This record gives sequence, structure tokens and C-alpha cells, in this order.
Amino acid sequence: MKFFSVENLGIRFGGVVAVDKVSFDIQRGEVYTIIGPNGAGKTTVFNLIGLIYPATSGRIVYQGRELTGMNPHRVAELGIARTFQNIELFEHATVLQNLLIGRHRHRSTALWQELAFTPAVRRAERAQREAVEKVIEFLDLQHYRDSMVAGLPYGVRKVIELGRALATEPKLLLLDEPSSGLNPEETNEMAYWIEDIKKGLGITVLMVEHDMSLVQRVSDRVLALNEGRAIAEGTPAEVQAHPAVIEAYLGAKEPA
Amino acid sequence: MRFLFKTAYDQDLRLFKHGGQVFWYGLLAVVLLAAPWWASEYLLSQLHFIGIYSIVGLGLMLLVGFTGQISLGHAAFLAVGAYTEALLQAAGWPFWLTLPCAALLSAAVGIVVGLPALRLKGIYLAIATLAFGVIVEEIITRWDSLTGGNSGKHLKPVELFGMRLDGDADFYYLCLGLTALCCVALANLLRSPTGRAFVAIRDSEISASCIGVNLAKYKTMSFALSAALTGIGGALYAHKVTFISPEQFTLLVSIELVTIVILGGVGSLHGAVLGAAFVIVLPQLISIAKDYLPSGVAGASGLQATVFGLVLIGFIIFEPMGLYGRWLKVRTWLELFPFYRRGMFRRQKTYMKSERLR
Repeated sequence: MKFFSVENLGIRFGGVVAVDKVSFDIQRGEVYTIIGPNGAGKTTVFNLIGLIYPATSGRIVYQGRELTGMNPHRVAELGIARTFQNIELFEHATVLQNLLIGRHRHRSTALWQELAFTPAVRRAERAQREAVEKVIEFLDLQHYRDSMVAGLPYGVRKVIELGRALATEPKLLLLDEPSSGLNPEETNEMAYWIEDIKKGLGITVLMVEHDMSLVQRVSDRVLALNEGRAIAEGTPAEVQAHPAVIEAYLGAKEPA
Repeated sequence: MRFLFKTAYDQDLRLFKHGGQVFWYGLLAVVLLAAPWWASEYLLSQLHFIGIYSIVGLGLMLLVGFTGQISLGHAAFLAVGAYTEALLQAAGWPFWLTLPCAALLSAAVGIVVGLPALRLKGIYLAIATLAFGVIVEEIITRWDSLTGGNSGKHLKPVELFGMRLDGDADFYYLCLGLTALCCVALANLLRSPTGRAFVAIRDSEISASCIGVNLAKYKTMSFALSAALTGIGGALYAHKVTFISPEQFTLLVSIELVTIVILGGVGSLHGAVLGAAFVIVLPQLISIAKDYLPSGVAGASGLQATVFGLVLIGFIIFEPMGLYGRWLKVRTWLELFPFYRRGMFRRQKTYMKSERLR
């Protein structure tokens, strides 16, 4: 059984075919990256996988289960977490609360228990807190634990969003441009974390990324998209050397 | 300045974070419990109203302040609670049964309103709930056989386990007890997964659903809980005023309830109680002020509504964090004296959200 596969995925917005028959498989434990020039449809593929957009064609199969047609929150319950390119945190809550919300799919208590805050809720909360504390330690967020998210620097928010996704204890992590808006130092740190997430936590990563140095460093396999179509797949070096990819980024030579 | 050193997760789970809070809340409890001894009959009656409005304010605060859904039709839930209480009491049911029924029926109506609300946001939700409020008011007026129409319904004093709570002090303790219970229940909820899911929906629906929060379920739940609390408030209100009729549940009342939430401070439980106290006290202040105003102004109809409106606008412009936010600033000023800076509570710039997804 394949871990995760996308078959002939497509979506059209009116007359625009944003993603056209894209197919790929992700193996358990690898870092799979989607690259492509602006407007290639990378984030759209993400939003199709996250079921934020309904696909017009094709299917998405995760651990033998078809995702297409489910509610977005079901995707999270199955163990797929994501981050957003432009950061979607819960602004008026503390970092700790943000991470605790990430534990939502691991909740075990009923409403009436929570209203009375029974010992069962207290026990569950302690366990949630412990799990979150591991994420805080993993990402070095101790300093920001009780700060409100609104007002924290961009780089930190990016890490918090990664932390929130990790707090869900996903099996598959979708990262939408993890390095966008980060300085080289922070990008370097992000690369370490992605490697750690893969090796240390054993989480499979699917990411969309522009920064080729980061892509080369962490990805096992790369898929290049252009104008909604897959143009090349392989190791980072293979894809970078692929003529179609060079043409997509730099344009073709005039025929002599 | 107080520094809290944390050595156990339980310290974050506690309702009272430090000894100072235990002391002040304890003092408040003692003062409130002793109210029948120190308060005049008139003041005690105002305290009844503050308790009732606090419960309703807490209900609306849960919806507006913590789940981020607006409602301009909450007077309807107040009405459902009040009429359920009146009708069931008339049918001879005991109070310990009628009160939960009022809450449950309001919650059921809340679910019915919550379902279409799942598809609506912001101003559209405000319009839909407003329409709902008007519809309920109209139904109550027209359904003579059940509600008595414009001639209204009378209620007898509360009878609880054979005791007649017809004294002011008895009813005061009932209101106080229920208000405290609602406060604690909501505080509990907010430190549990469900409360956090509400906050998640308030701050970013898209993220909330990607984290696994079932938007439909939790929004409906928030509507239901909010309506239930408002229904409890309605039942108590009915007993307090002993006579209910449709004109007590108009659009103006809904707006008054929203005023509680905004004046108190959106997103804080303290705010709901402070806002309720303010909304009860303000009309008294206005009537006192009338003695000193020129007769043309004092006698003008709509003076109260005008003052309410001005206060609401003033708060939105000058103190969007409400009374509780103001108190936080004062407290910080005192704690840090003389190092308080004006910019400490300035609203932080929020970064761009993913527009691609909307």
C-alpha cells in the first residue's frame, strides 16, 4: 500500500486550469518537495490536498483511504498537518495556547466534564501540556511560551506555526514555503528542523519551496510544476538539471 | 510587581494563579454574601439585575468574545427562557426542573439559529440574527393562546424544594449562586479543549479546520451554550420582574446585551460582569443626572438610548478593550509605577493573513 498518492489531480477556476492531471507518490519517511515558478500551482496542490478546494478531477489516497470529498477537519484527524505560506496563527492567544489548540485531535473529554473540570479533564490537560512542552523544547520556544502571538517577530511566528503542526503529532506534514520571509540564518535553522523532523520524529514531509539551497539540502525527491502540469520528478540535482525545468524558470533559447 | 515561578503544569491549570487572587476573590465573595446586611432594599434589587445580566452577558461573551460570532438577536433567547419558565411554572413544575428546561429549550433554539449561521459571517450573521430576534418577538406577540400575547404572563415567586424564595435576600442568593456557577463553568470550559477550539475559530477559521476543529459542530455548540446561559438569565429575569410581555424582548434589548459585551471588554469573562454592572447602573446615573439638567433635555424621550449610544461609540473609539481592559491598564500602571509606558497596550500590528485562501 502506498503511503500517500495523488492521481490525476486537477482543478479549474472558471476557464483557468490551475492544476492539470498532477500525479505523484510520497513514500513514508521522505521529504518530498514541489517547486515551480510563480503561479505554477504549488499552493493550489496544497489546498487540494488539505481539501480547502474541492478537486475537479482525480483522487488523493492516504494510507489506503480516499481523502477527496471529506471535510477539511477530517484530514487533520487522519494525521495530516499543515502550515500556511503567510502564517495563520491564533493571534489573540498565547504561544502555549496555540500549541495546545494543535492538540485538538487528541482531546478525550466531553463537554460536561469540561464545564465541571473533572479530575479526568485535569489529567488529560496535564498530558496535553506535557506533549506540547516536548514541541516547545524541540523548537526552542521556551522564551515565548506565555507571549501573545500578535506582536511576535515574523521568524518566531513561522516557527510557532511549525510547532502547532507538530503538536498534532502528524504522520504527514505539509509545509507551504517554510522559508518565505525568513533571513538566511533562520532559513538555515528551518533546514535543521526539517531534517530533524524527518530523522528524529519520523514524520513524512511534503513541502512547497522556492529557496533552492533549502530544497537541495533537505529533499529526497523533487517535483517541478509549471502552469499546473508536472514537468520533472527526481532527486534535487536531477530536477535542477532537467531541460524543461530550466526552460520554465529561465525561458528557452531562440532556435538558431 | 509579582513574578510567578512555575514548577508544575498544574499551576497553569489553576483558576486562581496566585494567593493574591484567592484573597481578592475571597473578599469579593464575602462582601457579596453579606450584601443583604449592608445593602438597601433598592441596591439589593439592582444586584439581582446585575446578577441576571451577568449570566446573559457571559452567554453572549462566549459567542461574541470567544467564538467570534456576532448575535443581534439574543433578546430572543432571553424571551425563550422567560416564557418557558412562566409557562412551566404555571403548569405546576418545580423550579429545579423549569430552570434546566428553560436552558435546554433555549439551547435547542440556539442550535436552530446556529445551523444557518454556519454559512454566514460578520455583518451577514448580524443581519440574520437580528431578523431572528424580530421573528421571535413577533411569534410571542401573535401566539396568544400560549403566551398571552400583549397581555403577557404573570409569575409566582420561585419555590425551591418546598422553600418559597419570595424575599429579596432569598432571590439574591439564588441569582448570586447561579452567576458564580456560570462564571466557574465558563472559566473551566475556556481552559479545556472545547474553549480553545472556540478561540481557534474566532482567530482563524481556516487554521482551526486544518488543525481538526469541526467548524460546524463547534459553532453550533457555541450558539447552543450561549443560548442556554441566556435562557437561564431569561428565567431569572421573568421571576425578577414577575410580569413578562413581548415588549421586554425587543431589538433594543438585544443591542443592550451587545453593549454589555463591548463595554465590558470583548474576550474576557470579567468584562461580561463589569459590562452588566455598568449597563444596570447607567440608567440610574442618568435619572440622577436628570435633576440637574435643563427640563428640555431631561424630559426628552430617548435620552437614555442616546446616552447608551454615545457611551458605546466612546468605548469603541477610545477603549476597545472595554472596562476590563481599562482595569488591566490601571493595574499594570500601579504594578509598574513609575515605569508604565503609554505604548504597552498598543494594539500590535497583525501580519498579513493568507489571502489566497479566501
